[in-house]
Amino acid sequence: MWKFIHKLASPPHFYRFSAKIIPWFAGVGSILVIYGTYAGLFLAPSDYQQGDAFRIIYVHVPAAYLSMMAYSIMAVSAAIGLIWRIKLSHAVAAAAAPLGAWFTFLALVTGSVWGKPMWGTWWEWGDPRLTSELLMLFLYIGYMALRAAIDDTVKADKASAVLALVGAVNVPIIHFSVEWWSSLHQGPTIIREGGPAMPVEMLYPLLAMILGFTFIFGALLLGRVRTEVLFRERRARWVRELVLTGAGPG
Amino acid sequence: MNGMFAMGGYGAYVWSCFGITLIVLVICVVQGRVRHNRTLKDISARLRAMETKS
Repeated sequence: MWKFIHKLASPPHFYRFSAKIIPWFAGVGSILVIYGTYAGLFLAPSDYQQGDAFRIIYVHVPAAYLSMMAYSIMAVSAAIGLIWRIKLSHAVAAAAAPLGAWFTFLALVTGSVWGKPMWGTWWEWGDPRLTSELLMLFLYIGYMALRAAIDDTVKADKASAVLALVGAVNVPIIHFSVEWWSSLHQGPTIIREGGPAMPVEMLYPLLAMILGFTFIFGALLLGRVRTEVLFRERRARWVRELVLTGAGPG
Repeated sequence: MNGMFAMGGYGAYVWSCFGITLIVLVICVVQGRVRHNRTLKDISARLRAMETKS
């Protein structure tokens, strides 16, 4: 097991191994998302309070969950990179940022569109859940801007890792914001005392969407890490061989 | 409009959310591909430049 992990952390092995698993992640994720979308839109009963507007949950919750998951991956990878100087972990942190930013954007937009018919407003300044999620978008953008501003990859890795770690306090704040302060945002639906607050016909599509989005996110992340690895190893022999033998874009 | 797609009057909200989700996913895929291919191209251009120099 350790041998496998060690081997995987070596850039050329990672590059080859990830190419094999990305299609599987993308395939399984797509199937789950197609099922979840269909079942969520057409099979699940409408909510007794929210009517059919509740169906936005099927894209909003996976996006919001992954926006925080991406930040956690980014912060943990950055920490591992700082402490143990594992090359691959800085590549993972750098790759997670743009995806995290997109999923945060998606969570904010779908939340806003859901908020309009339910709360009567697109946005509420000062609401803890909304504001802390928006702050995370700015953290991602700041992280990417900082990296872009530093030409030296090693220095960019270190500086951006510190920013990622400082910003990490925001993740639990987002998570617990609906419990700590009063918020327009509803409380947890799935993981809560007394079990999920929805019938299985509503719950299964949601779980499929969360799992499916996670697989798709995994495929996207691995793809971005491959690009990072390629760039960082551009002077290595294996990259030269890969590029010159015309393995082509892949 | 068909009742199934009207979403009880919330159709515009529900469908726009699913639409933007699809758009963002497509952007993520395309952006990743473009960056990967650009990186490969840059590396091969640099290698070729080095070869002609030596």
